[in-house]
Formats: sequence, C-alpha cells, structure tokens
Amino acid sequence: MITILCNGESRRLEREMSVEELLASLGLNPETVVVELDGRILSRPDYAVTKLTEGATLELIRFVGGG
Amino acid sequence: MLTIAGKTFRSRLFTGTGKFSSPEVMQEALLASGSEMVTVALRRVDLANPADDIMRVLDRDHFFFLPNTAGARNAAEAVRLAKLAQASGGGNWVKLEVTPDPRTLLPDPVETLIATEELVKAGFVVLPYMNADPILALRLQDAGAAAVMPLGSPIGTNQGVLTRFQVAIIIEQARVPVVVDAGIGAPSHAAEAMEMGADAVLVNTAIAVAGDPVRMAQAFAKAVEAGREAYEAGLGARRTEAEASSPQGGLDFLRE
Repeated sequence: MITILCNGESRRLEREMSVEELLASLGLNPETVVVELDGRILSRPDYAVTKLTEGATLELIRFVGGG
Repeated sequence: MLTIAGKTFRSRLFTGTGKFSSPEVMQEALLASGSEMVTVALRRVDLANPADDIMRVLDRDHFFFLPNTAGARNAAEAVRLAKLAQASGGGNWVKLEVTPDPRTLLPDPVETLIATEELVKAGFVVLPYMNADPILALRLQDAGAAAVMPLGSPIGTNQGVLTRFQVAIIIEQARVPVVVDAGIGAPSHAAEAMEMGADAVLVNTAIAVAGDPVRMAQAFAKAVEAGREAYEAGLGARRTEAEASSPQGGLDFLRE
C-alpha cells in the first residue's frame, strides 16, 4: 500500500503502479490528460514506464471550455 | 485571408468555448459561427467526473486550438500553463493571459511582457491578451508576439469597444495582426471593431450566454464579415457639419 497526492487529494494505492495504470483505474483516457509528476511534465510515452512511488505528487490536467 | 504566424484563416471570428450550457450546444454554436480557431483553458481533471471531457465534441481537424493561460496571476504561472497545454497536444500556440485581479480581470502588462519574451524564446507562437495600450502593443510585437489582442472592455462585461480610440492607434501602428478580444457583447460591437480595421475578433460570453447561442453565433459571423467588407470598401469620412445627399441646385422654382 502506498499513498500519493493526486490533484491535491491524498490517495491510497494497493501497490506501486505506472501512471498509465493509475489513469486507467480512474477511467481517464491518457490521450486527453497531461500529467505533472513532482512538478515535472511527463511526456505521454513515459506514462507506461513511470512508476508511482510513496509520496509522489501528481497533477492531472485537461482542456476545459474557456475564452 | 488572415494570416497569423504563417497560418491562414478564412474566418475572422475566433470563438471561446467557456460558459456554454452543454458541450452539444457549444459544438453546434461553434460550427454555426464558421470559426476556425477556438480557445480552450486548462484545469485539473475533476476526478468525480472523468468522462466530462470537452475534447469529445471538439474536432481538432476542424478547429485550430488556441489554449489560453487564463487563471495565471503572473508570468511564471502563465509559462507553466503554456507548457502544460503544449504537452496536452495543444500545439505551440498560446493565448497569453495574465490577470492578477479577479475583480477586473485586467491583464498585468509587465508580467505579460515577461511571459511573452520567455515563451517566444521557448518556441511558442504567442498571442498576448493586453490592455488597449498602443505602447505596450509595440513592446509585445518587438518581443516576438505573433498578434496582439487588445481588450474592448473587461472580460465577460459585454460592454463593447470602450477602448476605441486606443485600439485605432494600435491598428494603425501594428505590424502583426490585431485581434480585439474581451467585452464584445453584440454583433454590432464586432462589426465596429472590424470596420476600424481589426484583423479579427474573439467572442465567447456573448455567444455562450445568448438565449439561442447557435443563432447568435450566426449573427456574429455576419457582423464580422460585414465589418470587414466595410473596412476594405473604405468608409466615408466622419464630419462635424451636415453635407446634403441631394443636389443643392435646381430648387430655384421653389423660391421664384
């Protein structure tokens, strides 16, 4: 069991998992989400190979309507 | 045709995607507007609504995306948002907005200039939202802005082109396209900006909150076209004294 901070909220994960696995578990299409991990932007090909570890801080961002 | 940073647009109406009552209404209104460039914002994913995704109704083959940095209060926040937009697949264009005061949403000129310099250096095509300040427009242009976006009036106020005098100077001096942004509340406001020689206008609130957004989008499309055509046709000069439209001679019979 590990704990990460995802979009400002503490979240417990059963095990260490990749960013891609986390997005899938949240029901998010990775093509429409940009990920900032510990303040650094991840490129999409890295989602599958980047493991989330204890204490990771994650921001999941997407386009919304705006002017 | 309008060209910005080498990309051409047939429509001179740019549209925002905020404040619509539903994604479907937005999609229909944007299609009715004929607009080819739409702005989008970036926000945290709402994890309670993972399927709430604007991208499912916005065809990127049809609409060119102009991500904004709305919500940024300084240059550093704006640069961070621009880089996130680029990583989201938003391309390298950005509508730079730095608005520290939530009450007025007026842009910070100093931070906007700093962010423009930084983003241009990083390879972005930067379209800064700015107050209608002709000197600032030149400074932003010199810093490499691809266009300048002076405000007509504060965001979301629907007040029209209250900055008419300054916008006219900006248009006269600019070497880059001038897009009048913010406060355009009615088709007549859009037509006014276009008659003055603006290269394009950006409209969001006035379409999104209209009773019928689809018909309002069509009305704006007509107004932008009419205003542009009038500008190209050459408007008659404004005068302070009357000048008769009917011949002044040939009336002797009335007085003889």
